[in-house]
Amino acid sequence: MKARVLVTPKQGILDPQGQAVESSLRQLGFSVGEARIGRVVELEVEAKDAVSAQAEVERMCEQLLANPLIESYEIELAAQ
Amino acid sequence: MNSPQPRVGVLRFPGACDDRDALWALRALDAEAVFVWHTETELPNLDAIVLPGGFSYGDYLRCGAIARFAPAMEAVAAFASEGGLVLGICNGFQILCESGLLPGVLRRNESLSFVCRDVPLVVERSDTPFTTRCTEGEQLLIPVKHGEGSWYASDDLYEELEGRRQIVFRYSEPVNGSRADVAGLVNERGNVMGLMPHPEHAVDPLLGSADGALILSSLVESARARALQAA
Repeated sequence: MKARVLVTPKQGILDPQGQAVESSLRQLGFSVGEARIGRVVELEVEAKDAVSAQAEVERMCEQLLANPLIESYEIELAAQ
Repeated sequence: MNSPQPRVGVLRFPGACDDRDALWALRALDAEAVFVWHTETELPNLDAIVLPGGFSYGDYLRCGAIARFAPAMEAVAAFASEGGLVLGICNGFQILCESGLLPGVLRRNESLSFVCRDVPLVVERSDTPFTTRCTEGEQLLIPVKHGEGSWYASDDLYEELEGRRQIVFRYSEPVNGSRADVAGLVNERGNVMGLMPHPEHAVDPLLGSADGALILSSLVESARARALQAA
């Protein structure tokens, strides 16, 4: 099963990369609000069903993929 | 010196780059310094261990996030829980934060630029095993070289740490956007310290400053005291 994990800085956490991108977009003439930068992790998960895949990926996020002090994560599962 | 040399380990990860400087500096300050490879599951008989600077595992994912799972890190955690002295410098500090041995996390510098220069630091505490040779309020000049040294803790966590006097060094001028200019701190028990500046690059006046020797020789002295106590 394929999973996509989106890790982003938590609300209220300063994101200097996002700020730099935001001001560059404005300089290019785009009218944008706040830009935030995170990372995407694509995974192949071996699991018998979506529920256990979800639980498995959550454990991956807690242990390694995200740092819970500053990052939040979202998991998307796609059946093949 | 007549008293025995304390044994101080320097933990080497793939991607470390300050391991040899740390070994050299510790030896120059009268310690028996030995390398410890990251795949070791047990530490040799040590009085203290240093996690040196560098870019362990290419800084992939987050700095220190992969290194914390190295087999030797379990041994370091066990060593720390027995009261062993652990000093993490730069990437070593990042690894200690990721592994939960120190509070908070180190983030990308606020400026997004890599900072590489001598910075002034103020000693907040001289009663830790890492600062016995310093005096409170003293200013030290020690180089930093990092892209991800902005230490962060939530308001609640920061207040707790402040209340327990866990902050040991602060920058005297803005360097990287670190919360309250924190440059180094200890765990609650006071036997694990992390700091972003590099004392091992400042142990000889020829290199611009010897202030780093105050920190490392404090560590060596404290390690010697522990060795004598155990003997």
